Amino acid sequence: MSTVVILGAGTAGTMLANKLRKALPRDWSITVVDKDDEHHYQPGYLFVPFGTYTPERVVRSRKAQLDRGVDFDIDAVAHVDPVHQQVRLASGRQLSYQWLIIASGTVPRADQTPGLLDERVWRTSAFDFYTLDGAAALQDALESFEGGRLLVHITEMPIKCPVAPLEFAFLADDYFRKRRMRHKVDITYVTPLDGAFTKPVASAALGDLLEDKSIRVAPDFAISHVDPEKQAIVGYDGRELPFDLLVTVPLNMGQQFIIDSGLGDDLGFVPVDKHTLRSQISDRIFAIGDATNVPTSKAGAVAHFEVEHLVKNLEAAIAGEPLPSKFDGHANCFVESGHGKALLLDFNYDTEPLRGTFPASKVGPMKLLGESRLNHIGKLAFEKIYWNMLLPGKPLPVPTEMSMAGKIPAGHRS
Amino acid sequence: MPTNTIDGHTFAVNDEGFFTNREDWSEDLAVILADLVGIEQMTEAHWAPLRFMREDSAKTGVTPTLRRMQAVGGFDVKDLFALYPGKPAKKMAYLAGLPKPVGCV
Repeated sequence: MSTVVILGAGTAGTMLANKLRKALPRDWSITVVDKDDEHHYQPGYLFVPFGTYTPERVVRSRKAQLDRGVDFDIDAVAHVDPVHQQVRLASGRQLSYQWLIIASGTVPRADQTPGLLDERVWRTSAFDFYTLDGAAALQDALESFEGGRLLVHITEMPIKCPVAPLEFAFLADDYFRKRRMRHKVDITYVTPLDGAFTKPVASAALGDLLEDKSIRVAPDFAISHVDPEKQAIVGYDGRELPFDLLVTVPLNMGQQFIIDSGLGDDLGFVPVDKHTLRSQISDRIFAIGDATNVPTSKAGAVAHFEVEHLVKNLEAAIAGEPLPSKFDGHANCFVESGHGKALLLDFNYDTEPLRGTFPASKVGPMKLLGESRLNHIGKLAFEKIYWNMLLPGKPLPVPTEMSMAGKIPAGHRS
Repeated sequence: MPTNTIDGHTFAVNDEGFFTNREDWSEDLAVILADLVGIEQMTEAHWAPLRFMREDSAKTGVTPTLRRMQAVGGFDVKDLFALYPGKPAKKMAYLAGLPKPVGCV
């Protein structure tokens, strides 16, 4: 019997397993491994700190999202041996594979910033919202916050869902306005990049949003450490930014087993061909979703677009044929901008974010790169689409390759 | 796509003046551009990170982050701030003929 093993039952691994089950012959076994049976709707993390979503709302069974013809194995991965095509699990069991797909996502690593885990800081005055318990703890902190300096901070790129910190800043502005205490809160967005918006087309279209919302920006901030005594983050250039509440996105890394198995780069992301998603280390290994090093956003939409390509490429690889399908880096996302509005972004490896409208049929038209109420509703409706259509692999009214229909190229004046 | 011409060197650039074709780059050109971003004298200490960035990005397809410069290249981020004050990531990418590090917006 031939076996495909998928490491990770998150967004990418689940979608892929369900699609592969339909594509591969029944006598092929598909095994998905993950450390627990909790599938988190990660876009929901953003809404937990503000009390819009409860923590329970974003969690469902991983197994329940998988096709019945897929085997689900609860265990952590310890090591991959690409030469003998074996995966060693934390319990000591070994799984053999003909084909391996790494879909193990990213891990926020607070331990990589010196001082951040100090008990005078961590989950006392400093929080992350890239984990569910972090987001839940932050909700309590926001509720009891009496005002002062709030830093929304990104440690280093790449991060999962790169606009989430910006959305957090927008929603925090909204949250404190509704509580009539915005005047007591000084919000600063701290980024290692040269601004909140790094692409000319985005800064031209969106640059005013931050000023309108009185959110300051501290650019080019390379964090050296957190000073728990002073309650400040300290940059390599000597800048010190004091905080009363720090909301940080820790360094995002791949899983430790990837590094330990020699399959990752310095951050533990799997180097793959950016079009075929095949590992550069082993022909028998592919990677998908946040776990890869492809130069596009780490986001569920990207994983969704990658799935179609990976299924075709894996089928070809099994048949011993050249890999036919070329992923183009397509990404899109809704950006919550507060006050019940959202923006929609759409881009790929070669194209800047576009203005215009997105797709005309069924889910559209939604305004690209413009704030609208419909976009906000689109973002909220996505929760249902995620569980009921995206994970089971039902057809979505969104193409996997980027189309320019209805879109206005970057830099074009209209 | 706009181009820049300096001292007889012509190179394609984006809206912000960054090289769009890494092959247009040369060390001579970097020396001229360094003056524009306030680096008067390009020393060996200035060149080393730029060389690493070009070699590394040729393999990965992306401009290395400051963290990667430290973790993989062995450079101290503090030194990079001293060599290229204020905006080391942006200045070094510019002088190495590479795209600046970006987010998705």
